[in-house]
Order: sequence, then structure tokens, then C-alpha cells
Amino acid sequence: MSPETQGRRTPGADLPDHPDRLWRSAEPKRAYDVVIVGGGGHGLATAYYLAKNHGITNVAVLERGWLAGGNMARNTTIIRSNYLWDESAGIYEHALKLWEGLEEDLGYPLLFSQRGVLNLAHSLQDVRDSVRRVNANRLNGVDAEWLTPEQVKEVCPIVDISPGVRYPVLGGTYQPRAGIAKHDYVAWGYAKAAADLGVDMIEHCEVTGLDVRDGRVTGVQTTRGPIAAGKVALAAAGHSSVVAGYAGVSLPLQSHPLQALVSELLEPVHPTVVMSNAVHVYVSQAHKGELVMGAGIDAANSYRQRGAFHIIERQMSAALELFPVFARAHVLRTWGGVVDVTPDASPVVGLTPVEDLYVNCGWGTGGFKATPGVGWCYAHTVATGEPHPLNAPFSLDRFTTGKLVDEHGAAAVAH
Amino acid sequence: MLLIPCPWCGPRDEAEFHYGGQAHVAYPEDPAALSDEEWARYLFFRDNPKGLFAERWSHTAGCRRWFNAVRDTATNEIHAVYRAGEPRPVIA
Repeated sequence: MSPETQGRRTPGADLPDHPDRLWRSAEPKRAYDVVIVGGGGHGLATAYYLAKNHGITNVAVLERGWLAGGNMARNTTIIRSNYLWDESAGIYEHALKLWEGLEEDLGYPLLFSQRGVLNLAHSLQDVRDSVRRVNANRLNGVDAEWLTPEQVKEVCPIVDISPGVRYPVLGGTYQPRAGIAKHDYVAWGYAKAAADLGVDMIEHCEVTGLDVRDGRVTGVQTTRGPIAAGKVALAAAGHSSVVAGYAGVSLPLQSHPLQALVSELLEPVHPTVVMSNAVHVYVSQAHKGELVMGAGIDAANSYRQRGAFHIIERQMSAALELFPVFARAHVLRTWGGVVDVTPDASPVVGLTPVEDLYVNCGWGTGGFKATPGVGWCYAHTVATGEPHPLNAPFSLDRFTTGKLVDEHGAAAVAH
Repeated sequence: MLLIPCPWCGPRDEAEFHYGGQAHVAYPEDPAALSDEEWARYLFFRDNPKGLFAERWSHTAGCRRWFNAVRDTATNEIHAVYRAGEPRPVIA
């Protein structure tokens, strides 16, 4: 949907109603072929592709709270695939291609809006890195353009490109196919489609232990009793270290709070998504009209879904630097989620030292955009016992071999 | 924002501090003797408990000294602060 068309609609007018019951909240059975730990976007997408692509339907998704109430409910919904390295381009672009057909595939509206993403450059080094990333993207078949400050202004008229500011905009990369989707609808769409194929959604069921016998996982202990499992697939985001620890598996993760916030509902003023690593903010305008902003993680490890206020303060000053027009907007809500960060800002997806136990974690601040892609590849990994070619580079052993996928440049604060 | 009791300066806002991650991670005595697995563990793997965690802080906007704290990552409560080189206190 083009920004022009959008400007003429009442904000929120196209939000569809949804049916009362999208999935059955199931009682746990005694055993499943596959138990997925974590009912967020990744867990639900994995369940869906296990059923759809691999015919494995005796699957339970265990969620300690309510479905998609963790980071899936707390992200800033940005979707893009303009990462630097081939490995990342592979999995994120696979995800973006799936996003482009996902509403049809799931038969559910997701408000997927390819309004583009701008990644701004504020220093000569930023410019060099950005142009390099544009070239790398193009070689990988990812749409990318380098824009001058004037072209940035054309795409997003409210960005201040005057040269006198503290961090002047020297240009930006632009990925036109990037955009946003409505995160809750994405979760509900996957949950409904997976449940229709026979997957059990089990809410308020926290995993408290993993049963390991002779180096092989055989089931899970939960707050709703033990459940036997042929295979266990972890998708627990910020709590991955805790859950994997039940099987004695160490992961190179640190859990941190990550905050976001929204303004009150405003008329459409912001036609795209703008991210800036240097001044630490990323902003889009949701369909209803809120400005949605995210920033960086709190420095200290924490499992509290709540961050420090000075992070918000810096984020607001960064936003005002770029968008002076926001000066009269108000913060309506702020919130936090717990994200699991890896040393190279790339995820860990694949096998573990424990047989039949699989791990998907380490997406840090940027897991939402990957939801369809990782669900697809992780389901393949779990179903076949072999890493999908697109997630093979993200195996746990890269920290031993040294073949890291360093995406701090393309991820950084603005994942 | 955390209120962090610097062992030298007293309680100050978190914004005055720099975080240093897990405490008591010693540099290997003979790095060349490590296997790839051991080296990976030293470089990339740190504890990530939901609960008590011994961690380093530097009071960068104050006395500029490093110290350690034991904080509960589930509640953010700081149970103890102690000087670098001192053993981790036992928290009941």
C-alpha cells in the first residue's frame, strides 16, 4: 500500500475484526512427537511449518503465559532483510519472501505493509559502511539503494536533513520491500493455521525441566505435569539460557531488557520506517496512528520486562533530533521485553549436544522480521534432524570454529 | 533506573556507571594450551542466570573504579557490592 493511498484513509479504519476463537486452548496430552517450548512467533511459525511442510501434526506448543504475550507482543514490527553477510541475507531474505505471500498462505490478514525502511548514515564511516552494505545486498538479490539526503527527504519528508544539527543526515540506505506488519495478527494467523492442522496450543504451561536419558531428550517437566516428547524444540527467546540449562546445555547468550514506546494516535505523518544506529532510534507509524519507537537494550543483564528510564530519555532526544515535528507528541505507553543477545549479533539455530533437542535463540533485538523464515528452516531442522542450509551457518559450533556471522553493523541498536 | 551503591562513593544513579558483565572470569593462565572448546568458552560463554549474578560495574562518572555486585536478575535487587579482588559474598 503506497503512503499516498494511506494518507487518505481514516487511521485504523481498515483494521479487520477477528473471530472470537482462533484456536483451541488444549489440555496437554501425555506425549507428542514434537514439543515446542515457547508460544511466541517463532514457536508458532515452527509448529505451522512442521505440520504444513513436513506432515508432523502431533505437536504441542507450550507457553508459560498466554500465546504470543512475550516479545511477540512487544516488538516494533519492523521487517527487512538488508543485512551485510551472505548467511544473514539468506535467512532474512527467505523470511521476507515468505512475508510477501503470508496473508494468502495463512488465510489471515496481517496488515503487511511494504512501506520501505531507511537506515540513515551520520558520519563518513557510516556512509562507507552503508554503501558497502547496499552493494552486498544487491549481490545477494536483496533490494537496496543508497539515497542522498535530498532523496531521503523525498521518501520521508519529516526527516530533518539540515546540515547544522549535531548528527547531520549524510544519506541513507533504502530497502523498498521492507516494512511492518501487525505483530498480534501474525501470531494469531500462525496459531490459527497450525491449530487447524492439528497442533495443540497449551497456554499457562511453564517448562520446569527437561528429561535427558543417555544423552537424549525424552520429554519435558511442566507446571501442568510431565509430557513425553520425541523431539523438543526450544523457542524461548530471553529465557533460552534457563530452559537449555535444564538439559545442561550452555548457550552464548546474555538476556537484557529492550524497551519500546508509542505516542498517542496521530494523523499519518510518517510514510516509511526510519532507523538510525548512530543516534539510536527506530521509528515507524502504526496503522492506527501511533508513532512506534524502539531503542537499544539496557546494558545490564536482567529478566525483568522493564528497562531503565534514561534509555527512553536518550531515545526521545534521538527521535527529536531526526524529527523535530515530534516535539509536540506525547509518550502514551512504554514497555519492555527480555531479549537474548549473542556475541556476534546473529542467532543460534540448530542442533545441540543433546540428541533430539533443538535450539532457536539469540535473535536479540530483531527476531520478529525473521518469524516466517526461521519457522520454515527450524521446522526443517527439527523434522529431518539436519540443519536447513539457511540456518546451518548459525549453528552453535560457530563459536568454537570461529566462523562468526558478525552483524553488529546491520543489527546494532537497530536490529 | 538502578540505584547502585558504589563501594567508594555511595548510592548513585545507574547512568553514572558502565556495565562490565560477569565477574570473576579469570584470563586463562596458559592461553596457548587451551583447546578450541575451552577458548570458545572463555571468549563467548558467560553465565546468564535468572537469579543471583555476580557482575562488574565501573563508576565511570564518579570515582572511575571497578567493583563487583551481586544482583538478582529476576528482580534487579542488589544484594551486595564489594571491591575487585574480594571473593564473592555468600547471599543467604
